[in-house]
Amino acid sequence: MKISMIARTLIIAATLSLCGMSAAVAASGSAKDPEHRHWHFAGPFGTHDKDALQRGFQVYETVCASCHGVELLSFRNLGQKGGPFYLDSCPDGFADNVDCSNPNENPIVKAIASQYRYQVVDGPDDSGDMVERAPIASDRIPGPYANEVIARLANNNALPPDFSLIIKARHHGPDYVFSLLTGYEDAPASVEIAPGQHYNPYFHGDMSQALKPEFLNAEGHAIDGVDVPPGGVLAMAPPLFDGVIDYADPGTPETVEQYAADVVEFLTWAAEPKMEARKAMGVMSLIYLLVLCFILYWSYRKVWAKLDH
Amino acid sequence: MSHPSTYNPGSGLEKWLDARLPIMRLMHDSLNDFPTPKNLNYWWTFGGILTVCLMIQIITGIVLAMHYTAQADMAFDSIEHIMRDVNYGWLMRYVHANGSSMFFLAVYLHMFRGLYYGSYKEPREVLWMLGVVIFILMMATAFMGYVLPWGQMSYWAATVITNLFSAIPLIGDDIRTLLLGGPSVDNPTLNRFFSLHYLLPFAIFGVVVLHIWALHVPGNNNPTGIEVKDLKKDTVPFHPYYTVKDGFGIAVFLVLFAAFVFFNPDGLGHPDNYIKANPLATPASIVPEWYFMPFYAILRAITFDLGPISSKLGGVIAMFASILILFVLPWLDRAKIRSMRYRPAMRLWFILFVVACIALGVLGGKPAEGNLVLYAQIATAYYFGFFLIIMPLAGIMETPKALPSSIADAVLAKKKPDAARSHASGGAQPAPAE
Repeated sequence: MKISMIARTLIIAATLSLCGMSAAVAASGSAKDPEHRHWHFAGPFGTHDKDALQRGFQVYETVCASCHGVELLSFRNLGQKGGPFYLDSCPDGFADNVDCSNPNENPIVKAIASQYRYQVVDGPDDSGDMVERAPIASDRIPGPYANEVIARLANNNALPPDFSLIIKARHHGPDYVFSLLTGYEDAPASVEIAPGQHYNPYFHGDMSQALKPEFLNAEGHAIDGVDVPPGGVLAMAPPLFDGVIDYADPGTPETVEQYAADVVEFLTWAAEPKMEARKAMGVMSLIYLLVLCFILYWSYRKVWAKLDH
Repeated sequence: MSHPSTYNPGSGLEKWLDARLPIMRLMHDSLNDFPTPKNLNYWWTFGGILTVCLMIQIITGIVLAMHYTAQADMAFDSIEHIMRDVNYGWLMRYVHANGSSMFFLAVYLHMFRGLYYGSYKEPREVLWMLGVVIFILMMATAFMGYVLPWGQMSYWAATVITNLFSAIPLIGDDIRTLLLGGPSVDNPTLNRFFSLHYLLPFAIFGVVVLHIWALHVPGNNNPTGIEVKDLKKDTVPFHPYYTVKDGFGIAVFLVLFAAFVFFNPDGLGHPDNYIKANPLATPASIVPEWYFMPFYAILRAITFDLGPISSKLGGVIAMFASILILFVLPWLDRAKIRSMRYRPAMRLWFILFVVACIALGVLGGKPAEGNLVLYAQIATAYYFGFFLIIMPLAGIMETPKALPSSIADAVLAKKKPDAARSHASGGAQPAPAE
């Protein structure tokens, strides 16, 4: 089997070259690698933990939504299949003709929308004016700021990113967001942090810019023996503290770690609300394809059996 | 290969049609009864796999275009609309996005197969060159498709790649402006890229038809590289022998395809492309999709000026030359024997060539700094050296192994491995493996 020998040689060669090169580049890495956690949604059969999704939405609404929007989400998404507040059937006391599996009729979603902390702008009304009103289930979830200028004015010229896709938009998104939220620490003594900035070893930045002058040589580089700390500075102060949010379930710890894990669960769902449907179809597709492979291989052997080959 | 037609119209309608437009005859003679060497291995299934890839891309692409908005302020959100609100939109989009990677994976294996078995050599030069045309069209299509989601990597890749054209003397800036529809990447760029992204796949389809036509004149090459001598002994009808074997190959390929689509759909993409395009914020590193990385590495490997040629222009020339050189490959190779199965020295050079290509691919995704630049330069030098020095010289200097007398003989020798081995130890006969 010459070809397979060639293939093996190539794979070994490729692996070796990959290993050698990643080692060469790791030395210049500037942020700490995110802590790897096991997530309920990980793996080919991973699904969302519905309780964690609901708690995560609570963390988002109570804390994150003060500065960050989720502009791609509508309230109705919260009640769709796979969403945090999806209902198979209505709770007792609803008329028979109400279908609570329809997100627009889902009573929890309707309540969340009507009591949401921000209003939506609608209109123009009959007199030609724009009006603010409480959201309904079909509205997009309103964010904290009307536009980017206001957002920057309120945040020391930093722009809080939208959270709809934040998990997909970062390398190792879930681990990264969790590590960032739980990883704030006091800055090392060798650096000077500007007012309104906060040090985080997981944030991608360049701490060599923040080294105190006594640690720099004439060219502005770190002097020998001084390590540039990992990470960077960001405008966001540590957003979570133990006990800052009251969970309805008394059994769930009210700690920064738990809040962070829950909000990551919610944001992962928000980044791809159809994940569970995707994985379920994937399992069926692979079973189908593997059976097809088997049938075709068997047919191939059968067709070629009579041939001198 | 050209062979007498065996089509026999069965019904009156078929006879009527055959006298007017012999399309059924064409289909029968090229897809059903086409004489195909009986010793093709699994590396030959990639032609069928690529046809399936093209069909998948066209079908999913047409559906996506029904829901996509080619407007700079709306494109990004329209993709997310497809992902979230269109029924099975996520499936269409993930299949289409991963489909491009699968397409390139298959085309690279197809090309390496052609290289290894000498499928580009006389009388198949036109077949090979049409393949290179398809490859170039694929690269243009994929590049423009990657811009359409209008994420950060879309925007900045478009900026970097179109900038390359400005390195061309005299007319470079005008070409760049024409490509962009203005001074920088903006809404006109998106509009023309969308238009061309919809057009080019049909151009590819047309060239694929020519590619298959050019294949069916000389017929398939095969792992021994020797021509068919006796249709009866050396070949089998395409159907059912190769429809079923290709079908199996396609199904296995689809398993890999589905594994990516359903379980790691963003694994081959870059996270930055889930951030809306922002002309004011340059990403920390701008990297192309994996299938462009070898060429990106060649582009960046030219870090020195060569006389009047700046390093930028030199890089652009090297990158385009690395693709265009494939057109003259049939004339660079002076060897009489097609298959590297019987060219032991050349086989080692070929393995090194594949290693160089993979190394270039890895290097293209890394920052061009320190020793990595040197590695990329070495790999680039080998890439061109392989075609320009090794290929012409090997044909003159190598000592090939003896060829089997016919395809049928090679197949029979494989059936009786003991006989083959005793032949090989005698040194008179090759040891046909597989």
